[in-house]
Amino acid sequence: MAVDTRVGQTIKHHDEEYKVIGTRPIRHDGLEKVTGEARYGSDINLPGQLHGKVLRSPHAHARIVSIDTSRAEALDGVRAVITSAAFPDPGDKLTGGGEAPGLPLKFKSANMLARGKVHYHGHAIAAVAAANPHVAAEALKLIDVEYEVLDPVLEVWDAMKSDAPVIIEDLYTARADGTTAEEPSNVAAEMLYEVGDVDAGFAEADLVVDREFTFGVVHQGYIETHNATAHWLKDGHLHVWCSSQGAFTIRQELADLLDHPITKIHVVPMEIGGGFGGKTTAYLEPLAALLSRQTGHPIKMAMDRADVLKATGPTPGGYVRVKLGVTNDGMITAGYANLAFDAGGYPGSVVGAGCRCVFAPYNMPNAKVEGFDVVVNKPKTHAYRAPGATHAEFASETVVDEICRTLDIDPVEFRLKNSAKEGDWQLAMPPYPRIGHIECMEAARDSAQWQTPLETAPGKKRGRGIASGFWFNIGFTSSVTAKLNSDGSVTLLEGSTDIGGTRTSIAMQFAETLGISVEDVDPIVADTDSVGQTDVTGGSRVTFATGLAAHNAANDMKDQIVEGLADLWDVAADSISHADGTFSANGKSATVGEAAGLLEEEGVFPIGKNTVTPTREGGAFAVHIADVEVDEETGKVEVLRYTAVQDAGVAIYPPYVEGQMQGGVVQGVGWALNEEYVYDDDGHLLNASLLDYRMPTALDVPNIETIIVEVPNPGHPYGVRGVGEVPIVPPPAAMANAIHDATGVRMSHLPMSPARVQAALAAEA
Amino acid sequence: MATEIQSGKVHVQTTINGESVDFLAEPRESLLEVLRDNLGLTGAKEGCNNGNCGACNVVMDGVLVNSCCVLSVEAAGASIETIEGVASPEGLHPLQQSFLENAALQCGVCTPGFIVAAKALLEENPDPTEYEVRWWLAGNLCRCTGYDKIVRAVLDAAERMRAEA
Ligand code: FES
Ligand code: FES
Repeated sequence: MAVDTRVGQTIKHHDEEYKVIGTRPIRHDGLEKVTGEARYGSDINLPGQLHGKVLRSPHAHARIVSIDTSRAEALDGVRAVITSAAFPDPGDKLTGGGEAPGLPLKFKSANMLARGKVHYHGHAIAAVAAANPHVAAEALKLIDVEYEVLDPVLEVWDAMKSDAPVIIEDLYTARADGTTAEEPSNVAAEMLYEVGDVDAGFAEADLVVDREFTFGVVHQGYIETHNATAHWLKDGHLHVWCSSQGAFTIRQELADLLDHPITKIHVVPMEIGGGFGGKTTAYLEPLAALLSRQTGHPIKMAMDRADVLKATGPTPGGYVRVKLGVTNDGMITAGYANLAFDAGGYPGSVVGAGCRCVFAPYNMPNAKVEGFDVVVNKPKTHAYRAPGATHAEFASETVVDEICRTLDIDPVEFRLKNSAKEGDWQLAMPPYPRIGHIECMEAARDSAQWQTPLETAPGKKRGRGIASGFWFNIGFTSSVTAKLNSDGSVTLLEGSTDIGGTRTSIAMQFAETLGISVEDVDPIVADTDSVGQTDVTGGSRVTFATGLAAHNAANDMKDQIVEGLADLWDVAADSISHADGTFSANGKSATVGEAAGLLEEEGVFPIGKNTVTPTREGGAFAVHIADVEVDEETGKVEVLRYTAVQDAGVAIYPPYVEGQMQGGVVQGVGWALNEEYVYDDDGHLLNASLLDYRMPTALDVPNIETIIVEVPNPGHPYGVRGVGEVPIVPPPAAMANAIHDATGVRMSHLPMSPARVQAALAAEA
Repeated sequence: MATEIQSGKVHVQTTINGESVDFLAEPRESLLEVLRDNLGLTGAKEGCNNGNCGACNVVMDGVLVNSCCVLSVEAAGASIETIEGVASPEGLHPLQQSFLENAALQCGVCTPGFIVAAKALLEENPDPTEYEVRWWLAGNLCRCTGYDKIVRAVLDAAERMRAEA
């Protein structure tokens, strides 16, 4: 059956009818993006600009004995060379805003330019400013660095051994009980979450399945490489143009790292070519700023793809163990999980988030989850779309599938029976509000794919798998300033960089609230001087939190219009009603446009404003179904058909909700089947190019069928739940379960690359 | 025409989007660099600089190329079409319109490359199958969309263009 995924299916569990929300307008920034006019970070060029490049370590772990920049400085066209000495001493300060506030600033500073020691292959050592990028690249070859090479530690299980080389000599484990270890080690932090009594729970179980899983490092793989342009004026004002998920975060990081007043730093968000969690932190911005201060010229810097893969923040590899106990009739009695993630060269992995998600789809009476944040000689890892959840739920959803097979219980029925629902506990969080896991599972069960038997083909190994996924979503802070123009149109300033249509999803909520058309709202992503505090575009938060700020700003504007009209019409403000964009009282009425004109004559120009830090994100569930074919000879897995079901709360802008679902699936398929950092024993990254770090192409995947489920989030006026991240969570488990269905083999490492599948098939035979 | 002048730079005469253009380039500079940095045509993007992502796609003498893998001096005497030349003064190309209506872009950084590549496909094969679209576009990476809406947009544009032809 041909399914039209252009307009996917939507299943509503509410009766709300909206005028703007749920429609499919053309996005406001679409035209300039299909014509090539949109300006991304590296599309900017300033008069007099110089170009910066970064020298990177050829070793994974080494002491820097000396750096001599004199030959580089002497090269014609070179204007400045900096090393870590150009940064102020971070002392004992902690980082301010950003994704991980409260970590020692010295780690972040040393990750910008290595201080005394290199922690990974590709670690930045020095930066050069020159007349053009080619001269800058030549100058890098003239910087003489003497290294004392040390043994690297690459995997968490090696780094956690008591005799492992300690990468950071003064790193003492922050233990779960609040104490600090006395001996230094590579374990930066331990965490522990517990509910009920796990020992008693396992004692009640008829079946206990206990499995271990391992993970390679993967990269977010955004197509635009990192870039930054900075101009440090003589009066101390620092202007920065960059492609970041958070202009305010970059401003804070620059203030911290450069010890410079935040009021003097102005960050302009350019269009951003993908981020997925990898563009939440500074890499080039501080270097461009320092080189600009030194030369007096604007400095433009851009990474090449090898730099991006070697030295930005991929998401961790590591280890997950999951143990589940169940009764013979398929009720979970207890769960235990142990997660150890690569932090990379400095502390701060996403393991805590993985801990919170590992058992999230289920209501189990007893659970214990332990997490370990482990420093290894790899790049400092960062978030990647539902960070940590994909690893964690690959493990738990594979174990759930094994339990269903062993007990001969239908995997949908098992999940429905054990599903988390409103009022059930969550790890380290208040109990669940209204959530949609059950509704998603039912929609998956009723979907065209699940209801169509898998087509067999002679001599082909085919299988079907299903898996759930959860991501908690994040609120953080967002601001909107909306100005009513005299023709009734609205200029809406918001601080969230738009990576996939959020200008429009924010404008739609504003338009719905004020009762105007979305075409009458002009949403602008504003710079840090022009709009209130807005945190990163991340955590699936923009349509939820910035959308809420837009809703509140529209109500603020509405109140101001009412006040203005009350004066003009000489009526009490509370006698003016507002419906469908028309204000009326006492037989008088005015549309928003008419009101704007009337108020203009009185010198009244309403400006709606709001800053919010909402905390009732609601949490997002997804259920995916994968049909695969496994080539027994090569181990290659092909995706034959794929359905993604997801609770969006209420889908504000459905084509882009579907787009998030489809994009997340394909990233998940790449992670499941192919993507992985390949290191040699000395810690050199061997596949730092898009030829060798191969991401899915159009030919590697089928169309992705989507079913949006709408179980409104009670924590948002329009019921929004973030949608961006959870769709990457189920694919690896759904694919692993499908591979098992096809071949009888259980995969325990991501990616399930052809060589690994082939080896697993051979071992089974 | 390419003439070496004294500074070590080469004078290149070429045609871009129907206009005759002159530029000076170092022999080591790629066509992508010259388009973006010398000529201000920043619609073509750099995603990899080694022929693996298609973000830099342009058409040179009727052939779809990765401009990061073409030396700028090779443009001498050639005719080059970039994303900036795809829309006409009358309006968007059907592919551009179709990308908008089908929500076939998210961050949009891959979009110019996809549109240039898809236009080259439809000029060669006005009625491609879904498989042919996927095969042709396999040289263009998109990390955001999962390709579904892009493939549909191309098929949709092909249909519109056939109807108009
Ligand atoms: S930049 Fe030319 S193919 Fe990627
Ligand atoms: S839309 Fe972002 S890479 Fe294609």
